[in-house]
Formats: sequence, C-alpha cells, structure tokens
Amino acid sequence: MNHLDTIEAESIYIIREAFNRIDKLGMLWSFGKDSNVLVWLAKKAFFGHVPFPIVNIDTGKKMPEMYAFRDRYRHEWNLDLVIGECPPIDEIDPTLPPATRSAARKTEGLKALIKQHGYNGLIAGIRRDEEGTRAKERVFSPRGEGGKWDFRDQPPEFWDQYNTEFPPGTHVRIHPILHWTELDIWRYVQRERIPLVDLYFAKNGKRYRSLGDKDITFPVDSQADTIEKIIAELETTQISERSGRAMDHESEDSFERLRSDGYL
Amino acid sequence: MVAETSRNSLKIVVVGHVDHGKSTIVGRLIHATGALPEAKFAAIQAMSAKRGMPFEWAFLMDALQAERDQGITIDTTQIHFKTDARDYVLIDAPGHKEFLKNMVTGAASADAAILVVDGHDGIQEQTRRHAYLLHILGIRRVVALVNKMDLVDYAERRFVEVRQELLAYLGAIGLAAADVAVVPVSGRNGDLIAAPSPKMGWYTGPTLLAALDAIPQPVAELDLPLRLPIQDVYKLDARRIIAGRIEAGRLHVGDTLLFSPSSKTARVASIESWNTSGAEITAGAGKSIGITLDEQIFVERGQVASHLETAPILSNVFRARIFWLGHQPLRSGARYRLKFMTNDVEARVEKIERVIDTADLSSKPTEAVERNAVAEIVLRARAVLALDEFTTSPRTGRFVLVEDYTIVGGGIISMEGYPDQRVRGSVKSTNLTPVEDRVLLADRWRFNGHRSGIMWFTGYSGSGKSTMAMELERILFSKGFQVAVLDGDNIRHGLNADLGFSPEDRVQNIRRVGEVAALMARSGTIVITAFISPYLADRERVRAAHRELFHEIHIATPLEVCEARDVKGLYRKARAGEIADFTGVSAPYEPPPSPELVIDGSKETIADSLARLVAYVERVFAIDEQTLEPPYSI
Repeated sequence: MNHLDTIEAESIYIIREAFNRIDKLGMLWSFGKDSNVLVWLAKKAFFGHVPFPIVNIDTGKKMPEMYAFRDRYRHEWNLDLVIGECPPIDEIDPTLPPATRSAARKTEGLKALIKQHGYNGLIAGIRRDEEGTRAKERVFSPRGEGGKWDFRDQPPEFWDQYNTEFPPGTHVRIHPILHWTELDIWRYVQRERIPLVDLYFAKNGKRYRSLGDKDITFPVDSQADTIEKIIAELETTQISERSGRAMDHESEDSFERLRSDGYL
Repeated sequence: MVAETSRNSLKIVVVGHVDHGKSTIVGRLIHATGALPEAKFAAIQAMSAKRGMPFEWAFLMDALQAERDQGITIDTTQIHFKTDARDYVLIDAPGHKEFLKNMVTGAASADAAILVVDGHDGIQEQTRRHAYLLHILGIRRVVALVNKMDLVDYAERRFVEVRQELLAYLGAIGLAAADVAVVPVSGRNGDLIAAPSPKMGWYTGPTLLAALDAIPQPVAELDLPLRLPIQDVYKLDARRIIAGRIEAGRLHVGDTLLFSPSSKTARVASIESWNTSGAEITAGAGKSIGITLDEQIFVERGQVASHLETAPILSNVFRARIFWLGHQPLRSGARYRLKFMTNDVEARVEKIERVIDTADLSSKPTEAVERNAVAEIVLRARAVLALDEFTTSPRTGRFVLVEDYTIVGGGIISMEGYPDQRVRGSVKSTNLTPVEDRVLLADRWRFNGHRSGIMWFTGYSGSGKSTMAMELERILFSKGFQVAVLDGDNIRHGLNADLGFSPEDRVQNIRRVGEVAALMARSGTIVITAFISPYLADRERVRAAHRELFHEIHIATPLEVCEARDVKGLYRKARAGEIADFTGVSAPYEPPPSPELVIDGSKETIADSLARLVAYVERVFAIDEQTLEPPYSI
C-alpha cells in the first residue's frame, strides 16, 4: 500500500466507525476540495452509497460557481442534501472582528440545524495541517452544550479506539481526514478524478487555495491552472493555505475564538 | 526520484521532561527542512516581539493563545516536513505531568520517538516515564537528544555522562542499543540539528536529521497471521458485505475464514470495492475492505476473522501491562468497559499484580493504581474473547479501558499463566459444537469472575452471625463479588412471617431459607445466611439438597459469652421466662460435627474473624478454568 492507500483506509475506517456508533449522523459539505474528498471517501466506505444526510450550512454568500457545483453534484452523487440557513450578521457577537463575526454566522447556522434535525454527530473535513487550533483536534471530538469545544481538557484518543459514547446532550464532530495534508488532498483528487469547483485553478494569475464566503475569501497569486501545476506549486510554496481567509488573521486568537464556540 | 505518491512517511513523537526544550527542537527541525511558511515565520516573529522576547520557536507549536500565556504545550499538535529520504509527521507532545493523556494520544500513533533531555539538568522523572511509556506503546526506535549543549559549554564529558545514564535506563526497559541514537544538540543555537557543529568537533555521529533518516521504514504487518476485526455488516442491493480493516496479514478470495469467538467458518466469495479498476482478489494489512461470504453465517461487529490454522486466542481472562489516565484510581474488583479491535465488553479487574515505579523500575503490590501510573493487572471479562498477545500481534494485542464515557487507560495483553480456551480439534470442523442456548451456572461464574454458593452461618443468638455476615458482605462487595445476606430477623418479617419458634416452625423456617439461598446461589450470588439454625438435621437437609453449594460456618462463640453480651436483651427475657423455646436457654443447639470453618468470637477479634472468612471465600469461590470446561453442570 502506498501513502494515499494508507490514509484512504484510515479515513474509511473512521467514517464506518461513525456510521456504526452514532445514531443520528450527518456529513458536512461545503463544495470545497476537502469536503468533496470527504463525500468521495464516504462513497468508497459504503460502496457507492452515502447512507446519511449531507449537510450544507448556507451563508448565502458563496461564490456562484460553488452553488452551481452543489446543484450539479447533489444529483450526480445521489446525495440526501440538507441545507441550513444562517442568521443575519446583526444577531452575531459584535465584539468579534468583522470577518470573524461574519464567519461566526456559520457557527450559529450550524447550531440551529443540529437542534432542528437532532444530529448526535457530524462528520467534517478539517485537517491538522490547515491551522494551529485544528492541529489539536481529536478524530472524535465531543462538544458540550451549545457546541462548545473544550480544547484544554480533551479526552485521550489512541490506538484507533475512539470515544464513541457520550453523556446525554453531547454532540460529536468526527474528523476522518484530520491526518491528511493539502498535498494529500490534491494527489488524491488527481488519482481518483474527483470533480472540483474550477475556482481552484488559476485564471489571470490568481487562484483560490481555500474557498469560503465571497466577501472574506481572497485568491492568491498563482499560475497553476492544472492539478499537476497545483501539486508542483504546493511542493515548494511558503504561503499558508488559509492566508486568503480573512477571519484567521484579524487577531492572534480570532480563529481560536471561532472554534471554541463551535466553528469548524 | 521517487514518485511523490509513493514517498514513504514516518511519524515521530517528541517527548521529554517539561522545559527540556522539545518545542524549540521542533521549531528548529521544521525551519531547517524548509517546512515553515514565511507567513508563519513572520507571525511568530511578531508575536515574540510583542512579548518582548527573542524569536520564540515554541510559539509555533503552542499555537493556542492559552498555551502561549502559560508557556506550556497543552495538547499534541502535528506538523509535516520532509527530507530527501522521506516525509515526516512530527507530533509535539507535552512534557507537563498533568498532560500525560495528551502525550499518550500523540505518541501512540508514532513510528519512532525523539526523546529530549536537558544536557545541563540531565535525566528527570518525566524523561524516564516517557521512555517507559514509549516501550508500552510499542515504539522501539528512539533518537535521544542531549539538548542545551550551549549551557554546558559544548563539553564532551557532560554529553558522555548523560548518554551513559540514558542508555542504561533505556536498556533496562528493553530498548535495544542498536535502536537508539544519542545526539548532542543545542536547540537554541541550532547546533547539530541539520549540519555538523564546529563547537562540537569531538562528535562524529549523525546530526538529528541524519539520525532520523537512518531509522528504517516500518513495514505493514503483512507477514503476521490474518486479523480482520469485523467493523460492521452492510446489506446493499442483494449483497451482504462484511466490512472491516485488515489489522495484520492478508486475505485472498477463496480463503476459508474462521470467525472468533463464534468459531463459524465461511469462504471469501468476493472483495467489494467502488471506483477501482477491476475486481480485487487479495488485500493486506492496513486496508479497509468489504467482503462477501459464500455462506450466510451469522457475523457481527466485534468478531475477528482469521485463517483456520492461525486463530486468535480465546480467553475471558488475561494479564496486562497498563498505563492509567483516570482521575479516579483503578481498583481491584472494579469494572470497566474493555475496548479492543472492534470489540467492546465489560471487564473486571481481578487483581492488581504490581505498580511499576518508572523512576527506578522497582515494583510494589498495591490495591489501587493512581493516575499516570504504570501497572500490571489481571482482567476478567464476562464472556470469552478472541484476542492476541501484544508480542505476537501488536495491533490486535492492545486495548483501552473506558469509564464514564472516557478512555481512562491503555494496555497490552499477555497470556502468561493463562491457557488458550479454544477447544483444539473443533476449530477445523465445519459442524461445530452447537452453542448452549440456556445459561449455564459456569457461564454465570465466568461472568461474575467467581463461583457462587451458600455461606451458612450457624450459632447461638448473640454469637456475632449478623454482624459478621453484614461486614463480610460489605467487604466482598467492595472486592467485586456478587454477594447477598439472608438474615434471620429480616426473613422472619417477610417470607417467614407466618412462622413461630416451635420446633415444627423452625424446621420449616430453615427449609425455606435453604431453598431461597440455593435459588440465589444458582443465579450466581454468594449468599450468606445468618440464622441460629440449631438443629443438625435441618442443616444437613439443606446440605444434602445443595451439596456443591453448601458451606457450613460455625460461629462458635460460647453460650456464656453470648449471654454476657446479650445485645438484644433476649437472654434476660428468656431467663425470666418471657420468651419460650429460646436456643441455649429453653431449646437445644446441636453444633455441627464437621463444619467447613469455625469462627470463635471469644478467641479472636472480629477483624481477624473477617480476615479468615474473606480468605476462605477467595479460596473456595475462585474460578478454576479446568473445572469450568463444559460439560460442567450441577
């Protein structure tokens, strides 16, 4: 088995654990490269089927290409898509910096959807190498009341024995591609021929490395207009993946504040 | 050049005592390999400047605000870098004692370890503890760094001292010297991280990076016996797909698989997949697969598939070396959820053999294992389990213990002193012995971890029967026994409220108590009865009906002593003629001619009596696997 086979097998194992252990399960899908890989892995785990709802928290501010992608692949991949709404910005904590506050709408939308549908667990496509607080995540990450993440006292997790039972009222996030890198994602997309939004590919010297809301996400300088060129670019780049995501950089702890409150 | 998709990857954990410089080493390492994005470098520079510090490498790993303020790493983080040889994933483990659970979380997935030791302060408590845990976690390859060489003037003599002490300890816990490299470095100044250091010209060994690259690539456990723990069974279309990840060995379409512990067999009809080119006919360790079988046998999560000749061990009891992370101590007799492979059962701590002091490797007997300690214990499960010894199959020979929804410990399995309970010869037969569908008493005993029976106390009123029965019950219960007391006064208020103290009623009283006690004993409980039961014939009748359960305990406190105590004032009333038919005063007591145990309350303290009673129970109600083998019946 090569490296991609190994990490693929680990992710499938985790997705199957979640499906077996969590009774009301959903998988988050944002139409980005990571969550497309996640849906793809679910189809691999269940031999072409996805046996749980695919959940999208719609901020209403995604780029048009992303909505077009959603509308095409929800049918092509035969997904049971559940779309959740986000509250308006004036209902969000005004002490947060502007872009962070905007991103926090998604947290509130997520909480409302979890409540409405009664999900005990949501599978999410975050990765350790994206960002410092995500690096500290568990594969099965319990959230207390209101979706809070207590990063100071996380339960131990080792030997592929995940915490899959929780006290009543607990919600769990499951992170099957936590151990993947950005390069792993691209090499896997290449190998499996997974469709992507074409915003990732350079046009006029710019491309998006990470996709989010249109007003707080910015493209980076790049000439990479094919997967091969993107992989070559990532092998040498010194720019952080989320450098184009404004809420990560407004203050030292802005992203940490978002995540402790339940952001992905 | 090696194609990128097939590049090897090695996971390394960084461990060591708090403040010995782990995060700084990590910062150096990823900077030296060009893995630190300039943006991150600039951000850390800004953060350091804001706090009035020189460039603080530790900020890189301590990415959370809370950690920066406390100056210690709270949790493990992972970061990637690469050399010409291969890719690396670095796990930075916290050194603070309270954070052992996070260290274990990080270290458990590693292929090799960097053990950081302060060259000035030398080996400390956590240096030893972490090294010992690496050993339990199965990490054999270690690069030990004697760090902060700048603080000891880059002196060779000091390096040699620390190296000797380190190698002696690592050797004592079973790490082969060939698997350990010791490198002198300065994290602060970057000496011997990636390039030779002119300040340590006396050192001719590899740099840190060279020592890492020299670690052999771990190989998947393809050559071990096949182990496919069943994760789930899916019914898709017309297919019934058995899903799981192969933990060891390999399987082929057409192989006959043995499912343990049910001991059913079936052949692999197909390996299912989606979006692959062509049907697969073989799969090996590390792969998550789905298979179909040629027969519709009952298979469920928790079972493990193997080949016939190399089946896992079947046992409901095993020995384990554990590390304990629970806030409450692990106690003898306590029950925990035992999770291993895809199995999840309840298990009881039958015995704590010893707690190991990682500082000097001495051990001592104990009743409890405290948080962060390492110990050897014996675990007994309610049912027979399919398991492996850690030394023969590491991934399937380990387990975790769960209490109140949280993992509280991890351990590795040894069968030393315990037999494989698989019945040899039946395995290869396709017509296996049918499973008994009724619950055998032996199964109840296995479930409880002890035999059951009746501890029949007999003696004068005031001899101490009730007091000792209640106390014995409390002690046995705290040791994890299923135990109950039938007491004379309580029974006479309910079940036997219609009976008086005439000889006829006494006979009836004892007969009923005997039957109730036997019913309870047959449901697995150790029943302690506390009745005067003065007539030899009555007791012998109970014994004859339930010979294998009956243990007669003569509470032989002499009549004068009982009468002098007269706790309930009954002797006084009897002497005054207010109570008729009072044993010892106006009715006879026939002592047992050959009781199993005699307790004389006038000759020993209650504590001594109880100690003898407990010892008796632990001896006669212990499970002897040999005698529990079917067709045991009573």
